[in-house]
Amino acid sequence: MDSALHPAKGQTAIKSNLLPLTFDNVSFEIGGTKLIKEISTSFEAGSLTVILGPNGAGKSLLLRLGHGLIQPSGGAITWQGGDIGHAQRDQAMVFQRPTMLRRSVAANLHHVLKQRKIARPRRQEIVEDMLQRTGLTRLAKAPARTLSVGEQQRLAVARAWSVHPEVLFMDEPAAALDPAATHALEDIMAAIRAAGTKIIMSTHDLGQARRLADDVVFLNRGRMLERAPAEQFFEKPKNDLAEAFLNGELLWWNRKELKPPDHFKVRWQK
Amino acid sequence: MSDVGGAFAAAATLILNLESGLAEIVALSLQVSLIAVAIACIIGLPVGASLAVFRFPGRKVIVVTLNALMGLPPVVVGLIVYLMLSRSGPLGTLGLLFTPTAMIIAQVLLITPIVAALTRQSTEDLWNEYSEHLRSIGSSPIQIVGTLLWDNRFSLITTVLAGFGRASAEVGAVMIVGGNIDHVTRVMTTAIALETSKGDLALALGLGIILLVLAISVNAAAYLIGEAAMKRHG
Repeated sequence: MDSALHPAKGQTAIKSNLLPLTFDNVSFEIGGTKLIKEISTSFEAGSLTVILGPNGAGKSLLLRLGHGLIQPSGGAITWQGGDIGHAQRDQAMVFQRPTMLRRSVAANLHHVLKQRKIARPRRQEIVEDMLQRTGLTRLAKAPARTLSVGEQQRLAVARAWSVHPEVLFMDEPAAALDPAATHALEDIMAAIRAAGTKIIMSTHDLGQARRLADDVVFLNRGRMLERAPAEQFFEKPKNDLAEAFLNGELLWWNRKELKPPDHFKVRWQK
Repeated sequence: MSDVGGAFAAAATLILNLESGLAEIVALSLQVSLIAVAIACIIGLPVGASLAVFRFPGRKVIVVTLNALMGLPPVVVGLIVYLMLSRSGPLGTLGLLFTPTAMIIAQVLLITPIVAALTRQSTEDLWNEYSEHLRSIGSSPIQIVGTLLWDNRFSLITTVLAGFGRASAEVGAVMIVGGNIDHVTRVMTTAIALETSKGDLALALGLGIILLVLAISVNAAAYLIGEAAMKRHG
Protein backbone atom coordinates (compact mmCIF):
# COMPACT_ATOMS: atom_id res chain seq x y z
CA MET A 1 0.00 0.00 0.00
CA ASP A 2 1.28 3.45 -0.86
CA SER A 3 1.99 4.92 2.53
CA ALA A 4 3.24 8.22 1.14
CA LEU A 5 -0.22 9.16 -0.13
CA HIS A 6 -1.51 10.75 3.06
CA PRO A 7 1.39 11.40 5.35
CA ALA A 8 0.51 13.15 8.59
CA LYS A 9 1.46 16.81 8.73
CA GLY A 10 5.17 17.29 9.08
CA GLN A 11 5.83 13.59 8.89
CA THR A 12 8.79 12.57 6.77
CA ALA A 13 9.12 9.35 4.83
CA ILE A 14 7.45 6.33 6.45
CA LYS A 15 9.97 4.02 8.01
CA SER A 16 9.38 0.41 7.12
CA ASN A 17 12.37 -1.25 8.65
CA LEU A 18 10.49 -2.64 11.63
CA LEU A 19 8.13 -5.11 10.05
CA PRO A 20 7.54 -7.96 9.66
CA LEU A 21 6.91 -8.82 13.28
CA THR A 22 7.40 -12.54 13.70
CA PHE A 23 5.95 -14.82 16.36
CA ASP A 24 7.89 -18.09 16.43
CA ASN A 25 6.19 -20.82 18.46
CA VAL A 26 5.21 -18.29 21.13
CA SER A 27 3.61 -19.43 24.39
CA PHE A 28 2.60 -17.50 27.47
CA GLU A 29 1.58 -18.96 30.78
CA ILE A 30 0.64 -17.71 34.23
CA GLY A 31 0.93 -20.05 37.19
CA GLY A 32 1.20 -23.12 34.99
CA THR A 33 -1.88 -22.29 32.91
CA LYS A 34 -1.02 -21.83 29.26
CA LEU A 35 -2.98 -18.86 27.96
CA ILE A 36 -1.21 -18.53 24.63
CA LYS A 37 -0.32 -21.79 22.94
CA GLU A 38 2.48 -22.18 20.37
CA ILE A 39 1.56 -19.37 18.03
CA SER A 40 3.66 -18.94 14.92
CA THR A 41 2.77 -16.21 12.48
CA SER A 42 4.04 -12.91 11.19
CA PHE A 43 2.64 -9.44 10.64
CA GLU A 44 3.59 -7.63 7.44
CA ALA A 45 3.56 -3.93 6.74
CA GLY A 46 0.65 -2.26 4.97
CA SER A 47 -2.42 -4.23 5.94
CA LEU A 48 -4.80 -3.93 8.86
CA THR A 49 -4.84 -7.16 10.81
CA VAL A 50 -7.80 -8.03 12.99
CA ILE A 51 -7.39 -10.54 15.79
CA LEU A 52 -10.78 -12.15 16.16
CA GLY A 53 -12.07 -14.49 18.82
CA PRO A 54 -14.39 -14.86 21.78
CA ASN A 55 -13.69 -13.50 25.25
CA GLY A 56 -10.75 -15.20 26.89
CA ALA A 57 -9.26 -16.35 23.60
CA GLY A 58 -5.98 -14.57 24.30
CA LYS A 59 -6.43 -11.58 21.99
CA SER A 60 -5.27 -9.00 24.51
CA LEU A 61 -2.32 -11.16 25.56
CA LEU A 62 -1.24 -11.56 21.94
CA LEU A 63 -1.24 -7.78 21.50
CA ARG A 64 0.65 -7.21 24.75
CA LEU A 65 3.22 -9.79 23.72
CA GLY A 66 3.68 -8.03 20.40
CA HIS A 67 3.89 -4.63 22.03
CA GLY A 68 6.46 -5.95 24.52
CA LEU A 69 4.50 -5.30 27.71
CA ILE A 70 4.81 -8.95 28.66
CA GLN A 71 7.48 -11.49 27.76
CA PRO A 72 6.66 -14.88 26.22
CA SER A 73 7.21 -17.95 28.40
CA GLY A 74 8.32 -19.89 25.33
CA GLY A 75 9.26 -19.17 21.73
CA ALA A 76 10.51 -15.89 20.33
CA ILE A 77 9.08 -12.61 19.09
CA THR A 78 11.32 -10.76 16.66
CA TRP A 79 11.12 -7.55 14.73
CA GLN A 80 12.83 -7.32 11.39
CA GLY A 81 15.24 -4.77 12.84
CA GLY A 82 15.93 -7.05 15.78
CA ASP A 83 16.77 -4.04 17.94
CA ILE A 84 14.19 -3.99 20.76
CA GLY A 85 14.84 -0.38 21.81
CA HIS A 86 14.11 0.75 18.30
CA ALA A 87 11.02 -1.43 18.12
CA GLN A 88 9.63 0.11 21.30
CA ARG A 89 10.13 3.61 19.97
CA ASP A 90 8.30 3.04 16.73
CA GLN A 91 5.20 1.33 17.99
CA ALA A 92 2.31 2.32 20.22
CA MET A 93 -0.76 0.78 21.81
CA VAL A 94 -4.31 1.83 22.55
CA PHE A 95 -5.95 -0.04 25.41
CA GLN A 96 -9.54 -1.10 25.85
CA ARG A 97 -9.89 1.18 28.87
CA PRO A 98 -7.38 3.95 28.26
CA THR A 99 -5.54 5.60 31.14
CA MET A 100 -6.23 9.31 31.25
CA LEU A 101 -3.54 11.31 33.01
CA ARG A 102 -4.91 13.82 35.53
CA ARG A 103 -4.18 16.66 33.14
CA SER A 104 -5.86 18.51 30.32
CA VAL A 105 -6.45 16.87 26.95
CA ALA A 106 -3.59 18.82 25.36
CA ALA A 107 -1.29 18.04 28.29
CA ASN A 108 -1.99 14.34 27.84
CA LEU A 109 -0.64 14.63 24.30
CA HIS A 110 2.30 16.81 25.34
CA HIS A 111 3.24 14.24 27.95
CA VAL A 112 3.74 11.42 25.45
CA LEU A 113 5.80 13.60 23.12
CA LYS A 114 7.87 14.97 25.99
CA GLN A 115 8.79 11.43 27.03
CA ARG A 116 10.23 11.04 23.56
CA LYS A 117 12.22 14.21 23.99
CA ILE A 118 10.54 16.14 21.19
CA ALA A 119 11.30 19.86 21.48
CA ARG A 120 8.52 22.17 22.61
CA PRO A 121 7.75 24.11 19.40
CA ARG A 122 7.55 20.88 17.40
CA ARG A 123 5.46 19.31 20.15
CA GLN A 124 2.98 22.16 19.99
CA GLU A 125 2.60 21.64 16.24
CA ILE A 126 1.99 17.92 16.58
CA VAL A 127 -0.48 18.38 19.44
CA GLU A 128 -2.56 20.88 17.49
CA ASP A 129 -2.51 18.65 14.44
CA MET A 130 -3.56 15.60 16.46
CA LEU A 131 -6.36 17.45 18.25
CA GLN A 132 -7.71 18.61 14.94
CA ARG A 133 -7.47 15.19 13.30
CA THR A 134 -9.34 13.53 16.15
CA GLY A 135 -11.91 16.32 16.55
CA LEU A 136 -10.80 17.24 20.06
CA THR A 137 -9.64 20.82 19.43
CA ARG A 138 -12.49 22.43 21.33
CA LEU A 139 -11.76 20.16 24.31
CA ALA A 140 -8.02 20.87 24.37
CA LYS A 141 -8.11 22.54 27.77
CA ALA A 142 -10.67 20.25 29.39
CA PRO A 143 -9.43 17.81 32.05
CA ALA A 144 -9.05 14.49 30.26
CA ARG A 145 -10.87 12.53 32.92
CA THR A 146 -14.06 14.53 32.45
CA LEU A 147 -14.39 13.52 28.78
CA SER A 148 -16.99 11.02 27.62
CA VAL A 149 -15.85 7.46 26.99
CA GLY A 150 -15.83 8.05 23.23
CA GLU A 151 -13.80 11.23 23.56
CA GLN A 152 -11.37 9.52 25.92
CA GLN A 153 -10.83 6.75 23.41
CA ARG A 154 -10.21 9.33 20.67
CA LEU A 155 -7.67 11.03 22.91
CA ALA A 156 -6.01 7.67 23.55
CA VAL A 157 -5.76 7.13 19.80
CA ALA A 158 -4.43 10.67 19.31
CA ARG A 159 -1.77 10.01 21.94
CA ALA A 160 -0.69 6.82 20.25
CA TRP A 161 -0.78 8.36 16.78
CA SER A 162 1.15 11.47 17.84
CA VAL A 163 4.44 9.56 17.92
CA HIS A 164 3.82 8.41 14.31
CA PRO A 165 4.28 4.75 15.14
CA GLU A 166 5.11 2.29 12.45
CA VAL A 167 2.92 -0.27 14.21
CA LEU A 168 -0.15 0.52 16.28
CA PHE A 169 -1.69 -2.14 18.53
CA MET A 170 -5.33 -1.58 19.49
CA ASP A 171 -7.03 -3.73 22.10
CA GLU A 172 -10.79 -3.75 21.48
CA PRO A 173 -10.73 0.02 20.99
CA ALA A 174 -14.48 0.25 20.40
CA ALA A 175 -15.68 -2.25 22.98
CA ALA A 176 -17.25 0.41 25.22
CA LEU A 177 -18.41 2.80 22.51
CA ASP A 178 -21.83 3.47 21.02
CA PRO A 179 -22.29 3.26 17.23
CA ALA A 180 -21.65 6.98 16.62
CA ALA A 181 -18.44 6.99 18.66
CA THR A 182 -17.40 3.74 17.00
CA HIS A 183 -17.94 5.31 13.60
CA ALA A 184 -15.83 8.35 14.54
CA LEU A 185 -13.09 6.06 15.81
CA GLU A 186 -13.10 3.94 12.68
CA ASP A 187 -12.73 7.08 10.55
CA ILE A 188 -9.66 8.02 12.55
CA MET A 189 -8.28 4.51 12.20
CA ALA A 190 -8.73 4.70 8.45
CA ALA A 191 -6.73 7.93 8.41
CA ILE A 192 -3.97 6.38 10.52
CA ARG A 193 -3.84 3.46 8.16
CA ALA A 194 -3.76 5.73 5.16
CA ALA A 195 -0.80 7.54 6.70
CA GLY A 196 1.13 4.30 6.53
CA THR A 197 0.81 2.85 10.03
CA LYS A 198 0.31 -0.89 10.37
CA ILE A 199 -2.66 -1.51 12.70
CA ILE A 200 -3.02 -4.75 14.59
CA MET A 201 -6.28 -4.73 16.51
CA SER A 202 -8.39 -7.17 18.46
CA THR A 203 -12.15 -7.27 18.48
CA HIS A 204 -15.01 -9.65 19.13
CA ASP A 205 -17.29 -7.45 17.04
CA LEU A 206 -17.85 -9.24 13.75
CA GLY A 207 -19.31 -6.20 12.02
CA GLN A 208 -16.27 -4.13 12.87
CA ALA A 209 -13.95 -6.93 11.77
CA ARG A 210 -15.71 -7.11 8.40
CA ARG A 211 -15.53 -3.33 7.93
CA LEU A 212 -11.86 -2.92 8.81
CA ALA A 213 -9.90 -6.11 8.31
CA ASP A 214 -7.47 -6.81 5.51
CA ASP A 215 -6.52 -10.05 7.10
CA VAL A 216 -7.75 -11.99 10.11
CA VAL A 217 -6.14 -13.99 12.88
CA PHE A 218 -8.71 -16.23 14.54
CA LEU A 219 -7.92 -17.18 18.12
CA ASN A 220 -9.69 -19.54 20.44
CA ARG A 221 -8.50 -20.64 23.86
CA GLY A 222 -5.00 -19.41 23.25
CA ARG A 223 -4.56 -21.14 19.92
CA MET A 224 -4.38 -19.57 16.50
CA LEU A 225 -6.87 -21.60 14.56
CA GLU A 226 -6.88 -19.67 11.31
CA ARG A 227 -4.95 -16.92 9.60
CA ALA A 228 -6.42 -15.74 6.31
CA PRO A 229 -7.12 -12.71 4.14
CA ALA A 230 -10.35 -11.08 5.31
CA GLU A 231 -12.42 -11.89 2.21
CA GLN A 232 -11.52 -15.50 2.30
CA PHE A 233 -12.04 -15.76 6.05
CA PHE A 234 -15.51 -14.24 6.05
CA GLU A 235 -16.58 -16.06 2.87
CA LYS A 236 -15.41 -19.49 3.75
CA PRO A 237 -13.39 -20.06 6.90
CA LYS A 238 -11.40 -23.26 6.85
CA ASN A 239 -11.67 -23.87 10.55
CA ASP A 240 -14.95 -25.26 11.84
CA LEU A 241 -14.78 -23.31 15.12
CA ALA A 242 -14.16 -20.10 13.16
CA GLU A 243 -17.21 -20.94 11.11
CA ALA A 244 -19.23 -21.48 14.28
CA PHE A 245 -18.02 -18.15 15.61
CA LEU A 246 -19.00 -16.37 12.38
CA ASN A 247 -22.41 -17.98 12.54
CA GLY A 248 -22.88 -16.69 16.06
CA GLU A 249 -22.64 -20.11 17.63
CA LEU A 250 -20.81 -20.30 20.90
CA LEU A 251 -17.43 -21.91 21.06
CA TRP A 252 -17.78 -23.99 24.16
CA TRP A 253 -19.63 -26.51 22.06
CA ASN A 254 -17.90 -29.81 21.67
CA ARG A 255 -15.43 -29.41 18.91
CA LYS A 256 -15.84 -32.78 17.23
CA GLU A 257 -19.51 -32.61 16.45
CA LEU A 258 -20.45 -29.00 17.20
CA LYS A 259 -23.02 -30.09 19.74
CA PRO A 260 -23.59 -29.13 23.36
CA PRO A 261 -21.35 -30.88 25.90
CA ASP A 262 -22.78 -33.93 27.62
CA HIS A 263 -23.82 -32.33 30.89
CA PHE A 264 -25.92 -29.84 28.94
CA LYS A 265 -27.63 -32.65 27.07
CA VAL A 266 -28.41 -34.41 30.30
CA ARG A 267 -30.00 -31.33 31.72
CA TRP A 268 -32.05 -30.67 28.65
CA GLN A 269 -33.33 -34.21 28.47
CA LYS A 270 -34.73 -34.08 31.98
CA MET B 1 -8.86 31.38 87.79
CA SER B 2 -8.92 35.04 86.86
CA ASP B 3 -5.22 34.55 86.10
CA VAL B 4 -6.15 32.53 83.02
CA GLY B 5 -8.57 35.20 81.81
CA GLY B 6 -5.92 37.83 82.29
CA ALA B 7 -3.41 35.67 80.45
CA PHE B 8 -5.75 35.44 77.46
CA ALA B 9 -6.18 39.19 77.41
CA ALA B 10 -2.45 39.75 77.64
CA ALA B 11 -1.85 37.20 74.89
CA ALA B 12 -4.31 38.99 72.62
CA THR B 13 -2.52 42.28 73.22
CA LEU B 14 0.84 40.68 72.44
CA ILE B 15 -0.42 39.28 69.16
CA LEU B 16 -2.31 42.40 68.10
CA ASN B 17 0.69 44.65 68.82
CA LEU B 18 2.98 42.24 66.99
CA GLU B 19 5.36 42.49 69.89
CA SER B 20 8.93 42.16 68.55
CA GLY B 21 10.06 39.28 70.80
CA LEU B 22 7.02 37.27 69.76
CA ALA B 23 7.46 38.07 66.07
CA GLU B 24 11.08 36.98 66.21
CA ILE B 25 10.16 33.62 67.73
CA VAL B 26 7.40 33.01 65.18
CA ALA B 27 9.70 33.94 62.30
CA LEU B 28 12.44 31.57 63.45
CA SER B 29 9.92 28.77 63.93
CA LEU B 30 8.62 29.18 60.40
CA GLN B 31 12.10 29.45 58.97
CA VAL B 32 13.35 26.25 60.62
CA SER B 33 10.25 24.19 59.87
CA LEU B 34 9.82 25.36 56.28
CA ILE B 35 13.45 24.69 55.39
CA ALA B 36 13.23 21.28 57.08
CA VAL B 37 10.06 20.45 55.13
CA ALA B 38 11.64 21.58 51.85
CA ILE B 39 14.68 19.36 52.39
CA ALA B 40 12.49 16.45 53.53
CA CYS B 41 10.41 16.79 50.33
CA ILE B 42 13.45 16.92 48.06
CA ILE B 43 14.56 13.61 49.58
CA GLY B 44 11.26 12.02 50.59
CA LEU B 45 9.08 12.56 47.51
CA PRO B 46 11.36 10.84 44.95
CA VAL B 47 12.35 8.13 47.44
CA GLY B 48 8.70 7.41 48.25
CA ALA B 49 7.67 7.36 44.59
CA SER B 50 10.60 5.11 43.68
CA LEU B 51 9.66 2.66 46.41
CA ALA B 52 6.14 2.58 44.95
CA VAL B 53 7.31 1.89 41.41
CA PHE B 54 10.47 -0.19 41.45
CA ARG B 55 10.93 -3.72 42.73
CA PHE B 56 14.35 -4.59 44.08
CA PRO B 57 15.75 -6.84 46.78
CA GLY B 58 15.39 -5.26 50.21
CA ARG B 59 12.45 -3.09 49.17
CA LYS B 60 10.07 -4.56 51.72
CA VAL B 61 12.59 -4.05 54.51
CA ILE B 62 12.91 -0.39 53.55
CA VAL B 63 9.13 0.07 53.38
CA VAL B 64 8.59 -1.47 56.81
CA THR B 65 11.47 0.54 58.27
CA LEU B 66 10.09 3.77 56.83
CA ASN B 67 6.65 3.08 58.26
CA ALA B 68 8.21 2.41 61.65
CA LEU B 69 10.29 5.60 61.45
CA MET B 70 7.11 7.64 60.99
CA GLY B 71 6.59 7.33 64.72
CA LEU B 72 10.14 8.26 65.68
CA PRO B 73 10.18 9.91 69.13
CA PRO B 74 11.48 13.49 68.70
CA VAL B 75 13.58 13.38 71.86
CA VAL B 76 15.44 10.34 70.60
CA VAL B 77 16.17 12.06 67.28
CA GLY B 78 17.27 15.10 69.27
CA LEU B 79 19.57 12.95 71.37
CA ILE B 80 21.13 11.27 68.31
CA VAL B 81 21.72 14.59 66.53
CA TYR B 82 23.08 16.02 69.79
CA LEU B 83 25.59 13.17 70.07
CA MET B 84 26.60 13.65 66.42
CA LEU B 85 27.07 17.40 66.68
CA SER B 86 28.48 17.74 70.20
CA ARG B 87 32.11 18.76 70.53
CA SER B 88 33.27 15.18 71.04
CA GLY B 89 30.93 13.76 68.40
CA PRO B 90 31.90 12.80 64.83
CA LEU B 91 30.60 16.10 63.41
CA GLY B 92 31.63 18.19 66.39
CA THR B 93 34.19 20.21 64.46
CA LEU B 94 31.42 21.80 62.42
CA GLY B 95 30.29 23.67 65.53
CA LEU B 96 26.62 23.29 64.64
CA LEU B 97 25.20 22.40 68.04
CA PHE B 98 22.80 25.01 69.43
CA THR B 99 22.28 26.66 66.04
CA PRO B 100 19.15 26.78 63.84
CA THR B 101 21.02 24.49 61.41
CA ALA B 102 21.13 21.77 64.05
CA MET B 103 17.39 22.18 64.57
CA ILE B 104 16.79 21.85 60.84
CA ILE B 105 18.90 18.68 60.71
CA ALA B 106 16.89 17.12 63.54
CA GLN B 107 13.56 18.01 61.94
CA VAL B 108 14.67 16.69 58.55
CA LEU B 109 15.46 13.36 60.22
CA LEU B 110 12.04 13.39 61.85
CA ILE B 111 9.86 14.21 58.86
CA THR B 112 11.66 12.70 55.86
CA PRO B 113 10.37 9.21 56.79
CA ILE B 114 6.85 10.63 57.08
CA VAL B 115 6.99 12.27 53.67
CA ALA B 116 8.56 9.21 52.05
CA ALA B 117 6.18 6.67 53.60
CA LEU B 118 3.01 8.64 52.82
CA THR B 119 4.26 9.37 49.29
CA ARG B 120 4.87 5.67 48.69
CA GLN B 121 1.34 4.81 49.78
CA SER B 122 -0.50 7.28 47.58
CA THR B 123 1.87 6.83 44.62
CA GLU B 124 1.41 3.08 44.63
CA ASP B 125 -2.31 3.45 43.87
CA LEU B 126 -1.63 5.83 41.00
CA TRP B 127 1.10 3.57 39.62
CA ASN B 128 -1.37 0.66 39.46
CA GLU B 129 -3.55 2.84 37.27
CA TYR B 130 -0.78 4.33 35.13
CA SER B 131 1.74 1.52 34.77
CA GLU B 132 0.53 0.00 31.52
CA HIS B 133 0.27 3.35 29.77
CA LEU B 134 3.63 4.61 30.99
CA ARG B 135 5.40 1.38 30.07
CA SER B 136 3.66 1.43 26.72
CA ILE B 137 4.94 4.87 25.81
CA GLY B 138 8.42 3.86 26.93
CA SER B 139 8.92 6.25 29.86
CA SER B 140 12.31 6.05 31.55
CA PRO B 141 12.41 5.39 35.32
CA ILE B 142 13.03 9.08 36.03
CA GLN B 143 10.16 10.08 33.73
CA ILE B 144 7.87 7.59 35.47
CA VAL B 145 8.65 9.02 38.91
CA GLY B 146 8.23 12.57 37.58
CA THR B 147 4.87 11.81 35.97
CA LEU B 148 3.52 10.08 39.08
CA LEU B 149 4.63 12.87 41.44
CA TRP B 150 3.11 15.54 39.22
CA ASP B 151 -0.20 13.78 38.62
CA ASN B 152 -0.43 12.97 42.31
CA ARG B 153 0.39 16.52 43.36
CA PHE B 154 -2.90 17.29 45.04
CA SER B 155 -2.84 14.34 47.40
CA LEU B 156 0.86 14.93 48.01
CA ILE B 157 0.02 18.38 49.37
CA THR B 158 -1.58 16.61 52.31
CA THR B 159 1.60 14.57 52.73
CA VAL B 160 3.79 17.67 52.76
CA LEU B 161 1.47 19.33 55.28
CA ALA B 162 1.59 16.32 57.55
CA GLY B 163 5.36 16.79 57.55
CA PHE B 164 5.04 20.51 58.23
CA GLY B 165 2.58 19.91 61.04
CA ARG B 166 4.93 17.46 62.70
CA ALA B 167 7.92 19.79 62.27
CA SER B 168 6.28 22.93 63.60
CA ALA B 169 4.61 21.20 66.54
CA GLU B 170 7.46 19.09 67.91
CA VAL B 171 9.42 20.35 70.87
CA GLY B 172 11.68 17.53 72.03
CA ALA B 173 14.25 17.51 69.25
CA VAL B 174 14.65 21.25 68.79
CA MET B 175 14.90 21.73 72.54
CA ILE B 176 17.82 19.29 72.81
CA VAL B 177 19.84 20.36 69.75
CA GLY B 178 18.82 24.01 69.73
CA GLY B 179 19.02 24.69 73.44
CA ASN B 180 16.22 27.26 73.45
CA ILE B 181 18.64 30.19 73.43
CA ASP B 182 16.88 33.58 73.35
CA HIS B 183 17.24 35.40 70.01
CA VAL B 184 19.17 32.45 68.55
CA THR B 185 17.32 29.16 68.75
CA ARG B 186 14.10 29.96 70.57
CA VAL B 187 11.07 28.78 68.61
CA MET B 188 7.37 28.71 69.43
CA THR B 189 7.25 25.26 70.99
CA THR B 190 10.36 25.66 73.14
CA ALA B 191 9.25 29.14 74.21
CA ILE B 192 5.85 27.81 75.24
CA ALA B 193 7.48 25.09 77.33
CA LEU B 194 9.83 27.58 78.98
CA GLU B 195 7.31 30.37 79.62
CA THR B 196 4.79 27.93 81.05
CA SER B 197 7.31 26.62 83.57
CA LYS B 198 8.32 30.19 84.38
CA GLY B 199 4.69 31.14 84.88
CA ASP B 200 4.55 33.76 82.08
CA LEU B 201 1.27 32.45 80.76
CA ALA B 202 0.58 35.44 78.52
CA LEU B 203 3.49 34.81 76.17
CA ALA B 204 2.96 31.05 76.27
CA LEU B 205 -0.72 31.41 75.42
CA GLY B 206 -0.04 33.98 72.72
CA LEU B 207 2.40 31.63 71.03
CA GLY B 208 0.03 28.72 71.53
CA ILE B 209 -2.77 30.60 69.80
CA ILE B 210 -0.54 31.50 66.87
CA LEU B 211 0.60 27.88 66.55
CA LEU B 212 -3.01 26.69 66.53
CA VAL B 213 -4.15 29.26 64.00
CA LEU B 214 -1.21 28.35 61.79
CA ALA B 215 -2.06 24.65 61.93
CA ILE B 216 -5.73 25.24 61.23
CA SER B 217 -5.20 27.62 58.32
CA VAL B 218 -2.57 25.41 56.71
CA ASN B 219 -4.89 22.42 56.87
CA ALA B 220 -7.88 24.40 55.65
CA ALA B 221 -5.86 25.58 52.67
CA ALA B 222 -4.85 22.01 51.90
CA TYR B 223 -8.43 20.83 52.12
CA LEU B 224 -9.69 23.55 49.80
CA ILE B 225 -6.95 22.94 47.24
CA GLY B 226 -7.71 19.24 47.30
CA GLU B 227 -11.43 19.84 46.85
CA ALA B 228 -10.91 22.18 43.92
CA ALA B 229 -8.52 19.74 42.28
CA MET B 230 -10.92 16.84 42.69
CA LYS B 231 -13.69 18.82 41.02
CA ARG B 232 -11.43 19.84 38.17
CA HIS B 233 -9.62 16.63 37.39
CA GLY B 234 -12.19 14.05 38.40
